[in-house]
Amino acid sequence: MKRIYVNEEYCIGCRLCEVYCLTQHSRSKKIIKAFKEETPRALARLVVEEEGPLSFAMPCRHCEDAPCVAACITGAMHRDERGAVLCDEERCVGCWTCIMVCPFGAVQRSIAGRKAASKCDLCYGEHTPVCVMHCPNEALVYEERT
Amino acid sequence: MRYVIIGNSAAAVGAIEAIRQHDTEHPITVVADEPYHVYSRPLISYLLGGMVDEARMAYRPRDFYTRYRVETMLGVEVTQVNSQTQSLMLAGGGVLTYDRLLIATGGRPFVPPVPGVDLEGVFPFTRLDDARQIARYIERHHVRSAVVVGGGLIGLKTAEALMARAVRVTIVELADRILSMTFDRTASRLAESLLRRAGADVRTGLTVKEIVERQGRVEHVVLQDGERVECDLVVFAIGVRPNVGLVSNAGIPVQRGIIVDRQMWTGVPGIYAAGDCVEGYDLLLGENRPIAIWPNAYRQGYVAGCNMAGAERVYEGGFPMNSVEVCGVPTISVGITDPPEGDGYEVLERYDREALSYRRLVLRDHCLVGMICVGNVDRAGIYTGLIRARVNVAPFKDYLLAGHFGLISLPREYRKHLVVGEGIEV
Repeated sequence: MKRIYVNEEYCIGCRLCEVYCLTQHSRSKKIIKAFKEETPRALARLVVEEEGPLSFAMPCRHCEDAPCVAACITGAMHRDERGAVLCDEERCVGCWTCIMVCPFGAVQRSIAGRKAASKCDLCYGEHTPVCVMHCPNEALVYEERT
Repeated sequence: MRYVIIGNSAAAVGAIEAIRQHDTEHPITVVADEPYHVYSRPLISYLLGGMVDEARMAYRPRDFYTRYRVETMLGVEVTQVNSQTQSLMLAGGGVLTYDRLLIATGGRPFVPPVPGVDLEGVFPFTRLDDARQIARYIERHHVRSAVVVGGGLIGLKTAEALMARAVRVTIVELADRILSMTFDRTASRLAESLLRRAGADVRTGLTVKEIVERQGRVEHVVLQDGERVECDLVVFAIGVRPNVGLVSNAGIPVQRGIIVDRQMWTGVPGIYAAGDCVEGYDLLLGENRPIAIWPNAYRQGYVAGCNMAGAERVYEGGFPMNSVEVCGVPTISVGITDPPEGDGYEVLERYDREALSYRRLVLRDHCLVGMICVGNVDRAGIYTGLIRARVNVAPFKDYLLAGHFGLISLPREYRKHLVVGEGIEV
């Protein structure tokens, strides 16, 4: 399956991935509204890390053998027909077991509304995840690797 | 070729999902004494507390058995395993034969032999029926106060559920502090203060000596020191022991739990075991022992299922890990959290009282072997990953507790493996 891969050498820490990810997962999907009007503000589903010249975005890896899916106590964390790892936020109780087992730190707590694990869904329904689409440097790519 | 699984919880589901990845053809039968669609056992406290409803108890969608082509015999008790004839005796006289058998019978609640345990109003708390019965009992008898025996994670979740039902709770814990198996002293004290603030009473260093009735129902308990605690309900939430009654005379090796190798095989032809009933491999101690937690059960079941279907797979091992909210405050504890003084362990701590955030890391031979996060649990899995991968953390030890700790703090090679590489199995 196609996954998002990170090239940290090309990342300049512009955080456009974060901006577009948050917007994509907002209610309006409009950039200004998402940031300035919607409360609680939507969460970006990836984490950008930065220290000096080094930076990279860390979205979910949609692991072949995903520890979060194995460990989830409710079954909310599951794999869909594409192979993507998704959290069914309706079934999630916010126990954070997925956060405990993800070695990438790619699952976040969404606590502003109903508590639920928040993670990359590969922009369900979109041809290419928006973080990849808006990355100016191909620091994020979406491709099939074997 | 017929697969049979005794049990219908995390390990069973892991096995079913694994078997069907490798074998879409041969029949799978699940036999379990509980007459229910597979449900999430850890959610029973959420159900009791009214945080989830019955519909949300399902661990897999309603069409799970159909989709994985599993024949179910739910509400059917297995009375005997005969490894000679490769068959199971069922209560009521039926016989079921197998070619590959998975024993995933889970744990049974430990209830100490205290006078009065058989009274009306005394419950264990490990099954869906327990939650339903406790809920019914609370309503029918207008329960106002309860004693929860056991100050571990299960005890705490039970206490919280009862408090959510407006029941006053006293937690009685044998050790000198609650959560002594999973937390260190600081984290235990933090949890205790949260519980007290939520209205629970916590009595440590004590056991229940006797449960006393009035008109056949619980009226109070007497603690070891002679003190009397009034209560309408007693819940034993001490934990579980491997449920091995079924196999004790089937020639399957058992100590505390069923003994298995790294492929979850019992050594008896065709018979595998997984979950809370086994002594699985502990990666940190380097030996086998029961660790009754949901993620290990699923993983062991998955490994067993692969091997049952002929796809060789090794259980990498587990270690204790729990993620639980205590009175709304998230906590995560993994591995060895409270090692003996000295003894080659090094402890790093950071406690921010204002922000109610506590982190403790335990190192041995320059590797992380345990951690506790209270309050801020974000990205705690990075620590778990370091523990599992036995990464030498000495070069970046000073960053481990930094506010901005992340993958970026890790040595280039390990970081690249995580950041640039494929998703990995951990």
